[in-house]
Amino acid sequence: MTISIDWGWLSTHVGAMGLRFIQHFQLVAIAVTLGFVISLVLAIWAYRQPRVYPPLTAITGLLYTIPSLAAFAILRPITGLTIVTALIPLTTYTLLILVRANVAGFNSVPAEVLEAADGMGYTRRQRLLRVELPLALPLMIAGIRLATVTTIGLATVASILGETFGGFGFFITEGLDRFFLTEIYLGAVLSIVMAFGADLLLVWIERLVTPWARTRAGTA
Amino acid sequence: MSDLIGWFVDPAHFSGTGSIQQRLLEHILLSGASILVATVVGLPIGLYIGHTRRFANLAINIANIGRALPSYALVVMILPVSLTLSPEYGLDPIPTFVAMTLLAIPPILVGAYAGLRSVDADLVEAGRGMGLREGQILGNIELPLASPIIVGGFRTATLQVIATATIGAIVSGGGLGRFIVDGIHNQDYTTVVGGVILVASLAIGVDLVLALVQRRVTPRGLQLQQARRGQPPDVAMPIPTADPA
Repeated sequence: MTISIDWGWLSTHVGAMGLRFIQHFQLVAIAVTLGFVISLVLAIWAYRQPRVYPPLTAITGLLYTIPSLAAFAILRPITGLTIVTALIPLTTYTLLILVRANVAGFNSVPAEVLEAADGMGYTRRQRLLRVELPLALPLMIAGIRLATVTTIGLATVASILGETFGGFGFFITEGLDRFFLTEIYLGAVLSIVMAFGADLLLVWIERLVTPWARTRAGTA
Repeated sequence: MSDLIGWFVDPAHFSGTGSIQQRLLEHILLSGASILVATVVGLPIGLYIGHTRRFANLAINIANIGRALPSYALVVMILPVSLTLSPEYGLDPIPTFVAMTLLAIPPILVGAYAGLRSVDADLVEAGRGMGLREGQILGNIELPLASPIIVGGFRTATLQVIATATIGAIVSGGGLGRFIVDGIHNQDYTTVVGGVILVASLAIGVDLVLALVQRRVTPRGLQLQQARRGQPPDVAMPIPTADPA
């Protein structure tokens, strides 16, 4: 077996790549967004009631230990061949990372800052929205970066559910079925490029939304 | 449900090739071997970087690359290369094994680095002031204090490895993923669920054992400190840097 790339095939499948990208992007964007909203609520809860945190990480950790292939396989007969089957495991996998990151973010806010906010007469909600959330942002985005990159990789496995799932993973699974190397490599390379691209994009967004971090690093 | 219980007690599933215990053994052996190789490679590098604080940015970048590598993509990318190099083992188990090892190195390396970094610099200075050699500082001060985080890196690596071994069954080879992949192909739901239960139990079981190890290796002083200050730092989290690379 020789490793050769069929460039002709690649050039005729640019449209399919676009379609798979949109699929992949959709899966990841929905899973991470849902996961972030859920984990933000859980993190605020755990931040205000520290007793909640250990069982919360234990449960999300337990969900995280279930291999993705197993999760997709077991949900298929229950939720059918719908996007829900792919989204449930992808979303739950983000929870462990995001809950920890969000709680770490809140905990990183210095006590003096909170006291100052209280002293200025902020209500609990104002303090959360104007002080705690912005200061927790860098660690939260670090969590989103990790969750996004992980989800991009896991979404490829969803392609075993069928051709409407898994985005770039579809190329890998179909390529394996036909033992067509060019297609296997296409799927693998595109998903890796997407993971790196998303990571870089999120670093850029992090800098954009936390301008003060840069100024402080510059003066230090 | 009764089908499922039937599947687990059927003597046919416990004999011959493809028996439950054979698949379980394959899964454990492959996972253990790749963790071993990854430890031999990743642990010394992580300890070196953590102790000397040199090449720290490199370590963080390696870790980020490791996180961005999808395991499924990695297995299939190694497949053609390994088939060319070794027709006999190129399909099984080399691609899965290599992917598992590559994916296990970053968490182990970062665990060692982050663990040593978490040690109070004053303690290391005090050790140096008392005339301890670098090896003694590493062995007697840094390693004990860093051990919970180092074991944390192993927990992450082990989970990753067990999951990747499962995915490896899509390509070929043994392990518990075989039940899941074959079950999906044959539309045999009972086998799928049986496989899922076995894999999930293995993953959760191993993680619990490592969690106990983690607790046992945590020095008492550190336990008291953690009880006061909250949770220990987490290896699964990216290491925050002032200026992201």
